[in-house]
Amino acid sequence: MADLSVRIGALTLRNPFMSASGCFGYGVEYADAIDLASLGAVVVKGLFLEPREGHAPPRIVETPAGMINAIGLQGIGVRRFVAEKMPELRRLGATVIVNVCGTTIDEYCEVSRVLADTEGVAAIELNISCPNIKEGGIQFGCSLAGTHDVVSAVRRVTTLPLFPKLTPNVTDVASFARAAEEAGADAVSLVNTFLAMAIDVETRTPMLSNVMGGLSGPAIRPIAVRMVWECRQAVKLPIIGIGGITSARDALEFFIAGATAVQVGTANFVDPFIWAGLTAGVDAYLDRHGLPRVADLVGQLQIPRKAHV
Amino acid sequence: MIRGAAYTVGLMPVDVLAEVVANTPLAPDYNVLTLAAPAIAKHAAPGQFVMIRTAAGLDPLLRRPFSIFEHVRDADGRLVGISILNKRAGAGTARLYAARPGDRLAVLGPLGRPFVPVHPPAEAWMVAGGVGLAPFASVASALADLGTSMTLFYGARSARDLYYESLFTGLGTRLVLTTEDGSRGEPGRVTGPLARELAARPADRPLTIYACGPTPMMRAVARLGDTAGCPVYVSLEPVMGCGMGGCYSCVVPIRHDDAGGTHLVRSCVDGPVFAAATLDWDQLGSGH
Ligand SMILES: Cc1cc2nc3c(=O)[nH]c(=O)nc-3n(C[C@H](O)[C@H](O)[C@H](O)COP(=O)(O)O)c2cc1C
Repeated sequence: MADLSVRIGALTLRNPFMSASGCFGYGVEYADAIDLASLGAVVVKGLFLEPREGHAPPRIVETPAGMINAIGLQGIGVRRFVAEKMPELRRLGATVIVNVCGTTIDEYCEVSRVLADTEGVAAIELNISCPNIKEGGIQFGCSLAGTHDVVSAVRRVTTLPLFPKLTPNVTDVASFARAAEEAGADAVSLVNTFLAMAIDVETRTPMLSNVMGGLSGPAIRPIAVRMVWECRQAVKLPIIGIGGITSARDALEFFIAGATAVQVGTANFVDPFIWAGLTAGVDAYLDRHGLPRVADLVGQLQIPRKAHV
Repeated sequence: MIRGAAYTVGLMPVDVLAEVVANTPLAPDYNVLTLAAPAIAKHAAPGQFVMIRTAAGLDPLLRRPFSIFEHVRDADGRLVGISILNKRAGAGTARLYAARPGDRLAVLGPLGRPFVPVHPPAEAWMVAGGVGLAPFASVASALADLGTSMTLFYGARSARDLYYESLFTGLGTRLVLTTEDGSRGEPGRVTGPLARELAARPADRPLTIYACGPTPMMRAVARLGDTAGCPVYVSLEPVMGCGMGGCYSCVVPIRHDDAGGTHLVRSCVDGPVFAAATLDWDQLGSGH
């Protein structure tokens, strides 16, 4: 049995597998089926200060090896989350990371303050990358100055580990990782979904009520791996790799590219019991390669020197 | 069929790799798949559903929701599996239409809130439109166990789209059939005879209505039940991503106050069975 624990800043996780935000409800939905404490961390659905209704259905459409979603961040608001969901998550021994949303910098700060005062919140993932809401979110995540401003403002209101979640819908994701690092982030999560669209050609109407949405699932994995690799070379921060992971093999790609931990989103919809197989698969790989710790694998991409012709 | 079973709802769902025991074609686009899944059958209550992977690979990626149709027993009466009623509509359901005995499918369940069968002296009327028949085999079976008198109003496009009549008559169900083309039963929609019988029935006899089918049909049934003063329960079938409450894609509007305020709730965990009076039928649109 290899050591699967990983450190992300001050936070130590028992293994590198977390649920991806928005793909695991508030965690409690899965408590009857799996042991939430067996996950590295439970990253819960994005939360604003107030409850939100989200977009009208249809909210998802399936695409080859993936799906496009425009949920629109429906949620119960941070205060109800703290009052109604946190006691259960604490009781179950889950390591809880909260995905924080905002339409203004003040809102990001206010939500983070509420969480900083809440027992059992292990870290904050700053959602500056949701493609599905009009104001806030991605508007910060698509501007270097915006990214810097949100991260440094939240940094001032909490000592909780802070993980900005980056959007892939930019030309150079590494420069955004650098902006986050300079602003005091403890790690970066990447990637959120790719802005996408699907059309019903018979009716010539969009498949989603919101017209556009975010693409996730195996279809995006190679691009996400590339972005983790690019960021690995740009920053010293730990990277939490996300995008299309369905197996231990997929996760290993992210570790080798430079991710310290990973999140699994869409694949959990297909297989809510995916977690045990992920840890077992990585453990078997480490044994086979004579590596005592998963941390030893991070960023170990070997690029063969070009052969002379 | 479940006989005198006490349902335990809310138990943890299981994911089983179920063997396809039989694939019974019903019509060019409909079939019944019998699946060896005793662990699911044992805990499945009427109106609950399963999520089925239609391909082992990545395309289609997501599971598809199906009402549990029958509880299947072997010759000795042991629960051995479930069946589902499938309509070939897209890539996933086309695969299930073509499934062969011996194939294995990942089946997750049982999931969702069930229909609660009423006891005598209350009477039960089931209203099914097309493939909306799916939840009613297990509802009828549970009602038969309770000795509740029941009627099935069953409408389809034409005679060849009406299935499993003998299953229901065998359980003592009175059948009222309608077809849109008039090839069998009364011509027109199933809500025609329903409205007539509601108007004619003695007002002092308690009645509960269960409905499943196209949204316009369920909306009409909800209205008729409301006018007649009897509770209506519907089973909704929105597009679902996960079936476990994780993704928030299968939301439906419920009224949360008397001032016309509505709120979107997940059909997978708060439904798929809802009291019709709690739903906002004006907002429940074509997306469902
Ligand atoms: C239905 C759905 C809802 C999501 N909601 C959120 C959210 O609330 N906050 C967030 O940061 N990311 C959200 N995401 C993005 C995921 O967390 C993840 O970054 C993305 O899906 C890629 O990972 P995957 O391919 O493993 O799903 C959502 C994704 C999906 C599919």
